[in-house]
Amino acid sequence: MFAFIFRRVLIAVPTLLLISLMVFSLQLLLPGDPALALAGEERDPAVIEAIREQYHLNDPMIVQYGHWLAGVFTGDWGISLRNQMAVTDLLLSKLPVTLELAILAMLVALAIGVTAGLVSAVKKGTRWDFGANVIALSGISIPNFWLGIMLILLVSVRWGLLPASGYTSPLESVSRNLEMMVMPALVLGTAIAAIMMRHTRSAMIQAMQADYVRTARAKGLSERVVILKHAFRNALVPVVTMGTLQFGELLSGAVLTEQVFTIPGFGKLIVDAVFNRDYAVVQGVVLFTGTVFIVMNFIADLLYFLLNPRLRT
Amino acid sequence: MRRFWKGSALALLSATTLFAHAASAQTLTIGLAEDPDQLDPDRARSYVGRIVFTGMCDKLVDLDDKLNIVPQLATEWSWNDDQTVLTMTLRDGVTFHDGTPFNAEAVKYNIERSLNLPGSNRRNEISAVDHVEVVDGHTVKLHLKQPFAPLLAALSDRAGMMISPKAAEEEGENFSRNPVCSGPFKFVDRVAQDKITLEKYAGYWNKDAIHLDRVIYRPIPDATVRLANLQSGQLDIIDRAATSDLKQIRDDSSLKLESAVSLGYSGITINTDHGPRADNPLGSDPRVREAFELSIDRNIINQVAYDGEFTPDNQPISTQSPFHAHSLKSPVRDVERAKALLKEAGVDRVSIDLMATNSPEVMRVAQIIQSMAGQAGFDVKVTATEFATMLDSYDRGDFQAGLLNWSGRADPDGNLYAFLTCDGTLNDGEYCNAKLDEQLNKARRTNDTAARHEAYEAAERILLTDRPIIYLYHPNWFWGLSKRVEGFKPYPDGMIRLTNVSLGS
Repeated sequence: MFAFIFRRVLIAVPTLLLISLMVFSLQLLLPGDPALALAGEERDPAVIEAIREQYHLNDPMIVQYGHWLAGVFTGDWGISLRNQMAVTDLLLSKLPVTLELAILAMLVALAIGVTAGLVSAVKKGTRWDFGANVIALSGISIPNFWLGIMLILLVSVRWGLLPASGYTSPLESVSRNLEMMVMPALVLGTAIAAIMMRHTRSAMIQAMQADYVRTARAKGLSERVVILKHAFRNALVPVVTMGTLQFGELLSGAVLTEQVFTIPGFGKLIVDAVFNRDYAVVQGVVLFTGTVFIVMNFIADLLYFLLNPRLRT
Repeated sequence: MRRFWKGSALALLSATTLFAHAASAQTLTIGLAEDPDQLDPDRARSYVGRIVFTGMCDKLVDLDDKLNIVPQLATEWSWNDDQTVLTMTLRDGVTFHDGTPFNAEAVKYNIERSLNLPGSNRRNEISAVDHVEVVDGHTVKLHLKQPFAPLLAALSDRAGMMISPKAAEEEGENFSRNPVCSGPFKFVDRVAQDKITLEKYAGYWNKDAIHLDRVIYRPIPDATVRLANLQSGQLDIIDRAATSDLKQIRDDSSLKLESAVSLGYSGITINTDHGPRADNPLGSDPRVREAFELSIDRNIINQVAYDGEFTPDNQPISTQSPFHAHSLKSPVRDVERAKALLKEAGVDRVSIDLMATNSPEVMRVAQIIQSMAGQAGFDVKVTATEFATMLDSYDRGDFQAGLLNWSGRADPDGNLYAFLTCDGTLNDGEYCNAKLDEQLNKARRTNDTAARHEAYEAAERILLTDRPIIYLYHPNWFWGLSKRVEGFKPYPDGMIRLTNVSLGS
């Protein structure tokens, strides 16, 4: 077990280095000069030169990367070229927002997706199955931003039930915070619910056909116990993998949903940073979300161990 | 179950309304179209940042809604005879938000900072200033290298914003994280891409005219979402309402609409002499450019792309400016004449690569131009480009023609000089005409309004013949407001001035 963990950590370091180097090079391939993009409407040549000096933009790429990397190891992830804030501060201020949204969305996704998947697998071929499939398909097909705008127009503008968009920290007001998170969590959650539903359904169908389910039934166990204890537990492994990976994806920011509901999370941060050629911020977000992804993968592996005793030996 | 949902919905509703009442006693929330960049007047680069500065930083002088220069931190000013010394009398009893007194030394510090700070975006605007002389505590003299009429207009904008010298020295590079000025509201905090919060400054010199306790600026880039937030009561004012949404605002009994013709313009910048891409009939022959202009109907662009809400015009100077030349009218679309001009220039069909930012509105304008110009013999190819890439292309001369906007400045000089003089820093097409330079320099060197008017009109006549930029329209600013907002006044510079603004019930 410890050897396993140690091995994973050892692989994670070069992976992250590679990711950061790739993103760094990709950014330099983007057309457009960050100094020019930042110089504003006036584009004063003296200002452009000052920006290049200040952010080492005149140095060769590998030197720039070196500057950044050296900073990362000393805890200085650089400064946003656009608003002069420290990248670490930006990340820390967005983390709770994105984390909360991801957790809430995941709860919605699990509640809807797993239940619907379970029902449609058990009631395979019936109206229930058909209904759940239709819902899943619409969840995948309806674009998040459209669903978001429709919800805003209906729930906030027409009915006046919830605030249209924005974010309030739970430290300021928990109820206000939840009011603002309901719609975005729902929008994000339904899209993932659809994926979860499809996965739960196929895993459950497979499990229901397995020999141990037949044995369980033959033992005279009630259908409820057969489904929940024997089939579902085994079907959970692929569902958990999917869920953890989806959660990792949510943590790297939900660009469109954040845009529509003006939630200041990672998605908005990185999109604005790319458009403004704000290299340090892009690098910071990528390094951070890359780490999160690796950690989530790792957690998924650990959960395998917990769920499936056969893997423990 | 149904009862449960109904109950929770009601509870939620009452909680929301309760909260709204408690928090917004005198809190004004403004929805901005973008997130501002850094909040340091000398380093700031964005239009939207100026809106936030307006609540936070007083300037030496201000503009009224007719674009006249009016007192703010300076109460009086005068020029010497050869217009090289501007003497300003400063307001008494003004303090910065950190308590530092505002005086002649502070003005000297600020002007010198604008001139000398590495990366200062204000240096160009006031580079005519040679040095600042402190006469006494409340009098300063700005000595100029040569007469420079646009100086006062520059001092009515970011170059004239006074920051606390003490805070600037202490904070250094980090000033923009905690800006300290002397305006009606002081900085509280900022969450990037979420909100900027300001709070009433108790020591403000004109505090009796300030009725709000708090102002929150929230960047919401999507115009539809911005409007939805205004309609549902989360916002009190929205900046830059989309023209397609105006009907909805007008029809909504809880909202009102305010507007002003902006100081900016939108036009087609043509590469006339910047590298090999200028080497084509459009770049080299003014007759082809005239034909191109004649193939376009500005009113149709305005009607189709902007629901007729903008102000079509062929001049860089806003119709609101006292320097607008009313005698120079936009030509009427004339396809036959355009074709004849092309024949005269010895070309049959001209292909044009028109660069445009990839926003839906700008693309719509480009496509309308494409279809209209096609009828006159122009094969227009529209290239959609992301903004930073587009700037780079302009800078390198890698363009043939492009749709470009300018947010506009109060003095006509700010809309003309850098774009069109031979050595202008924003002259992307590298157009150069000594006669135009002469007129624009003449307008810089005199404070006599009539003489300046004459010079700008002469300059515009040259532009309308050479057509290095084909001006299309001045955008209008549109603000959507809750009916509760009282005392709001629209200004052509697009700024939201909070003096006398209050929230009714």
